[in-house]
Amino acid sequence: MKLTIDDKQVTAKPAQTVLQVAQANGIDIPNLCYDPRLAPSGSCRLCLVEIEGQRALQPSCVFEAAEGLVVRTNTDEIRQIRKTILELLFSEHKARCTTCDENGKCDLQSYAYEYQLDEASLGAGRGAEPAPNYTTGNLALEYDPNKCIRCARCVRICDEVQMAHALTFKNRAAETEVATAFDIPLNDSTCVLCGQCISTCPTGALYDRSAKGLCQAKDMVRTRTTCVYCGVGCQIDLNVNPKTNRIVRVTSEVGCIPNDGNLCVKGRFGMDFVGHPERLTTPLIKRNGSFEKASWDEAIEVIAGKFKKIKSETGPDSIAGLSSAKCTNEDNYVFQKFIRAGIGTNNVDHCARLCHASTVAGLARAFGSGAMTNSIDEFRNARCIFVIGSNTPEAHPVIALSLKEAVVKHGAELIVADPREIDLVPYAKLHLQQRPGTDVALINAMMNVIIEEGLTDKDFIAERTEDFEKATEAIKEMTPEKAEKITGVRAEAIRQAARIYATAETASIVFSMGITQHTTGTDNVLSLANLAMITGNVGRESAGVNPLRGQNNVQGACDLGALPNVYPGYQQVEAPDIHAKFEKAWDRKLSARNGLTVVEIFHAIEAGFIRALYLMGENPALSDPNLSRTRKALEEVEFLVSQDVFLTESGQYADVVLPAFCFAEKDGTFTNTERRVQRVRRTVNPPGQARDDWEIVCDIATAFGYRMHYENASQIMDEIASVSPIYGGISFERIETVGLQWPCANKDHPGTKYLHKGEFKRGKGKFHPVRFKEPAELPNKEFPFVLSTGRLLYQYHTGTLTRKVPAIHQVCPTGYVEIHVQDAEKHGIGDGDSVEVSTPRGKVTTKARVGTMVARGWLFMPFHFAEGPANMLTNDALDPIAKIPEFKACAANIRPI
Amino acid sequence: MTTKKIRSHQHLKEAARRAQKVRQKYRCRALICMTGCRALGAADIAAAFKEKLVAAKLNKEVAVVETGCIGLCARAPVVLIEPYEYLYGGVKPGDVDEIIETTIRNGKPVESLVGVEDGNALPKIDQVGFYKAQHKAVLENCGRIDPKRIEDAIARGCYEAEAKALCTMAPEEVIEEVTKADLRGRGGAGFPTGLKWSFCRKSPGDEKYLICNADEGDPGAFMDRALKEGDPHRVIEGMTIAAYAIGAANGFVYVRAEYPIAVEHIGIALDQAREYGLLGKNILGSGFDFDIEVRIGAGAFVCGEETALIASLEGKRGMPRPRPPFPAQKGYHGKPTNINNVETFANVPLIINKGAKLYSSVGTDGGKGTKIFALAGKVNNTGLVEVPMGATLRQIVFDVGGGIPDGGKFKAAQMGGPSGGCVPGQFLDLGIDYDSVKDIGAIMGSGGLIVMDESTCMVDVARYFLQFVQSESCGKCTPCRVGAKEMLHILDAICEGRAAIEDLNRLERLADHVGKASLCGLGQTAPNPVMTTLRYFKNEYQDHIERNQCPAFVCSTMLSFHIDPDRCTGCGACARACPVEAIAGEKKKTHVIDGGICIRCGACLGACPPQFAAVYRRSGKLTKREKQKKPRSKS
Repeated sequence: MKLTIDDKQVTAKPAQTVLQVAQANGIDIPNLCYDPRLAPSGSCRLCLVEIEGQRALQPSCVFEAAEGLVVRTNTDEIRQIRKTILELLFSEHKARCTTCDENGKCDLQSYAYEYQLDEASLGAGRGAEPAPNYTTGNLALEYDPNKCIRCARCVRICDEVQMAHALTFKNRAAETEVATAFDIPLNDSTCVLCGQCISTCPTGALYDRSAKGLCQAKDMVRTRTTCVYCGVGCQIDLNVNPKTNRIVRVTSEVGCIPNDGNLCVKGRFGMDFVGHPERLTTPLIKRNGSFEKASWDEAIEVIAGKFKKIKSETGPDSIAGLSSAKCTNEDNYVFQKFIRAGIGTNNVDHCARLCHASTVAGLARAFGSGAMTNSIDEFRNARCIFVIGSNTPEAHPVIALSLKEAVVKHGAELIVADPREIDLVPYAKLHLQQRPGTDVALINAMMNVIIEEGLTDKDFIAERTEDFEKATEAIKEMTPEKAEKITGVRAEAIRQAARIYATAETASIVFSMGITQHTTGTDNVLSLANLAMITGNVGRESAGVNPLRGQNNVQGACDLGALPNVYPGYQQVEAPDIHAKFEKAWDRKLSARNGLTVVEIFHAIEAGFIRALYLMGENPALSDPNLSRTRKALEEVEFLVSQDVFLTESGQYADVVLPAFCFAEKDGTFTNTERRVQRVRRTVNPPGQARDDWEIVCDIATAFGYRMHYENASQIMDEIASVSPIYGGISFERIETVGLQWPCANKDHPGTKYLHKGEFKRGKGKFHPVRFKEPAELPNKEFPFVLSTGRLLYQYHTGTLTRKVPAIHQVCPTGYVEIHVQDAEKHGIGDGDSVEVSTPRGKVTTKARVGTMVARGWLFMPFHFAEGPANMLTNDALDPIAKIPEFKACAANIRPI
Repeated sequence: MTTKKIRSHQHLKEAARRAQKVRQKYRCRALICMTGCRALGAADIAAAFKEKLVAAKLNKEVAVVETGCIGLCARAPVVLIEPYEYLYGGVKPGDVDEIIETTIRNGKPVESLVGVEDGNALPKIDQVGFYKAQHKAVLENCGRIDPKRIEDAIARGCYEAEAKALCTMAPEEVIEEVTKADLRGRGGAGFPTGLKWSFCRKSPGDEKYLICNADEGDPGAFMDRALKEGDPHRVIEGMTIAAYAIGAANGFVYVRAEYPIAVEHIGIALDQAREYGLLGKNILGSGFDFDIEVRIGAGAFVCGEETALIASLEGKRGMPRPRPPFPAQKGYHGKPTNINNVETFANVPLIINKGAKLYSSVGTDGGKGTKIFALAGKVNNTGLVEVPMGATLRQIVFDVGGGIPDGGKFKAAQMGGPSGGCVPGQFLDLGIDYDSVKDIGAIMGSGGLIVMDESTCMVDVARYFLQFVQSESCGKCTPCRVGAKEMLHILDAICEGRAAIEDLNRLERLADHVGKASLCGLGQTAPNPVMTTLRYFKNEYQDHIERNQCPAFVCSTMLSFHIDPDRCTGCGACARACPVEAIAGEKKKTHVIDGGICIRCGACLGACPPQFAAVYRRSGKLTKREKQKKPRSKS
């Protein structure tokens, strides 16, 4: 389409508005109520333009471009009207730029200058304290009606993008103000504290409460980096006051990949830990049971000496290291290299063992690669999304936005299979509430229907896969009626789900730890792979199998070989050619035997095989199952090093504690759940004598006798690229603005949006026969409930970072156990009552949350809280292949206290 | 089981004949307005009629009919006796005996209750000037039937057009007929109805909606309300024909909660229409399905704007959105939707029954058919009025309205409610239609017509209407939300004598920009009262600003009350009347008003005996003498 804007011939794409076409062609049209993430509302009227043939001036943000339009954006009349509108806005904007936090980054302010408003029309400023409103007392954000221009962007983003529907307008005319329904306090509303409202506010009317008065926008230094919380890998801009070396607030740019300016509560408000007074500032050495400050030389000498001694006494395999999914790719690479080449053992693992080990094992067997097959932005165009065992809105909040968008805006059909009534359920066509640990029965029954009703993709099965026949027997046994008895899901609902999934043009499976954290975790994953292949839903855009990775860099830590059986890039330790390759690259003799996994390491400590443990950014004293056993092992181990940002629960057991940089002090990369390698940038100076993780490891390695030295993180990435083919083309230079998705074989490779196109990584997709097995521990007379554990939106992992954030503490201060209202009645438990939850492994005291989130007979506990640690209760029974423990199902009892 | 269902056009004709027969059983009918007149005791009158007719054993031959608005609100409560056509006003329950005796038994008028014009008693309705100058077409049944009885409506030919359209015409033919009749939207903007229907019909999609905009909210307007209350079946009939024409299966009547009688009567009418098979599945055996739901609005003026109304129907806050896309493209829940005003729908049966040619023989090029006005303000015969398009303001105000009370002089009329404009005396002989009214800066609007005489301050009028619109702004777009408020501030300043002449320039600029830049009709027309009064009465603005003078003695801060020492006898009447003790003076001595205490209520002016006429009022700068006489206020 061709049109004329201000006498300039321009070309428009279909469905573009006049404003968008103008912006794309460098023609600036002022606007305040426009945000590309939102449906245009045409309410500020600043973008009015003259369009030939139209009776009145038209809002260019709404008016669709059309062939032959003649548009004028800057006539005298329009400029005068804009000036009037700005004057009007200032008559209700009763605040002074001089004391406003947004000074320097405020659209209203810049237009006031551009249109040269009279000083008189700017009006008199009022006091800085806003009148009481729905945010009064809220620790996360503050709304100041005096600065509000009523553009409704906050209301709209809450409705349209976040879909939290917490905000609205109250009153009419000049009294119009943003409010919650009935003006209830924000925390009593449906708000999820994502702060999207702040992100879209064109003035300083909505602002981070904790950032007030700490630095004006004009003086702020903004650095793009990757969020340190979950695996989504949101791109965030840390806004730092250079004078105080403090992160004042977090913003994100609209249009950035993968989050398009959207963030969740943790990314937006959860950075208080960075400059926290409890940060470790010097190395600590435990002497006579208490920690004493030590110099770096001292600490490194002690560590290297102890490692040397133990190695010489009982061999390298009596030392183990736990690397970290919180640390950068570079840290992980250097850490596992030290353990493998320096110490000489493959006893290196990390918390991926506890989350997606079964995914990596299962998908590698079925497809040849254990990662998310598709990209986050492909969800919005999937026709069917099958979410099983993923509480996406809580654990991956920004991905949940794409899922909701797919349903609400693009008509996708969502099926949610989850024992709990999670926040996606209202968007779902079907909610299959399966009994915890019965996923295989459910998935097999769906495939049973698909085969029975002839809905398989025969061509795909024939051309792209193998061993289909071997898998069918187990499937044919599992009729929907049989599955109903096992899972508790109605046979008819299973049939419906199967039909929706199988007949959709593109169907995408989304799963997370509800699938993986079982003794049948690998089976569950294999079963999902079967389901995708039987319907040909893999290897295409928006169709695939998508494990959502938990930690910010759990994907990267796995990619970089912080696993006992693979070198960086999933190259098998036990494959002789690979082994040889790494011996050459690292210039050392390497162990040819797979090492021990996380839980095995703790069991080996118990058995006395492992004498020294090196923790880099791991906190097993809270994250691992059957905590009493884990903690006992930490106590027993002869030598324990904890390298972290805080003195963690695990650090308390350590012999030496080393202060490390947190992500905001580091340069490096994280790899997000969609395999995208993204930059992490240093934005603030580290506290005290803290040092970068990889530097510490290098120093220990060198002192140990294996010289390791890098000038910077970029140099480490270059070495990674040289030894790991999937990272072959990745360098800091290439990912400066947008991250690259592996596999990326060489410098010219554009990265890979979705996997297995045309051919599976392993050649043919492999069907595996999977039969239903019960969880390791079933309810019994003494422990009649099934207990499941999981994450919350507001907290993160062991709470080391999030529990230091007041904005989060106000809504989610402590743990609880969810129980169905009828069970609660039966046991005489009321909402908020103190209860004791017990399993064969331990007891925990917490508060009851009575409702219908879980079905009868089931309990659910978040695991973030040290004061009621759910992992005291969980079962450390392991999946035989992936060695992942069964966090998601164990027998339990509950009683009021 | 007997069913009332009417299954064909033929059935309907039979039903009409049956209903007429029932009516004819009564030799006489007492029609009592039970809608607007209810506020003045119509219910007691009806009860008295019923009771006394039974007592007089006349209840089998005389019917008491509770009707909608009979029209002449100025004489409420109103009773009309058929077949004599005697119109009685200001009736009290105590008058009922005499009406029964004199009129019902003896066929004579009750002299004390009939209207008088120029000294002549005018007992019959068609003798009364108010009715004589009207042309009742759309209102033909209003005030003549019991709106709660569908049989009454059917007896008077209601649903005949629906049957004709559904059973004998194709939807396109219906649209063509309406287009040929040149029916224009009666809600105010005057968009050609046939064209609107054809847009919606052509809009792709199987699911379409029809909405009746019954959210009449202009101050002083009650045309739509009267139709809904007095003849709801005509509105339903018009909607059904429209739904058939555009292909809609579902309709809504969006009516404000402040109209409880309208809500009740429409609800009853819908139930009855369904029961009679005139609404619902397979209407009149035509195969066409259509049903209507009543939705009650919370009384936001902006919800009369079609996109805001649709948002409200969808359960959202009633805020408008930019058009295009128009509701015909994307309306209720994104589906093609046609939305018309009550009076527009009520015109449709006339067109189908009479044919476009006959229908359009009434009116002018700038508007066909009739227009209903709610006549209010400084006029003798306030009430509900229907005149042909092209009738002049003089005909409406003087012939129908009976002129200005107390011998006052016509100054202007506010047409089209707060969104409309002020039409000054110089246009009294202008034929009123959509185009002519627009040319002089007003709009036809939905039909509110407020007459103003010389005692009206035009700045105050502009302020009054702007205040209304300003407070009804939804708050979405900047020009309307803030601009209207700023304009109001300026008008306040002018009325209170605080304005400078530059403020007038700013007012004019704001009016221009608010009109041009606002999102919806509410904001776009909000400046109209200001702009038209500025256009025709700029001198009054200037008097306020430059001379501190309100020529109509309305703006109280500019008003001062004085006692002429040469005429004052010291009788003390003024001092006794003063509510704030602002008047001092010993007995038999000249009294003085303390301007600092005076609240300008005018009580002293009324109290001063006419033979002395010592108290007088002034607006504007004080003379030297007055200034000197002004005592110090109490501090």
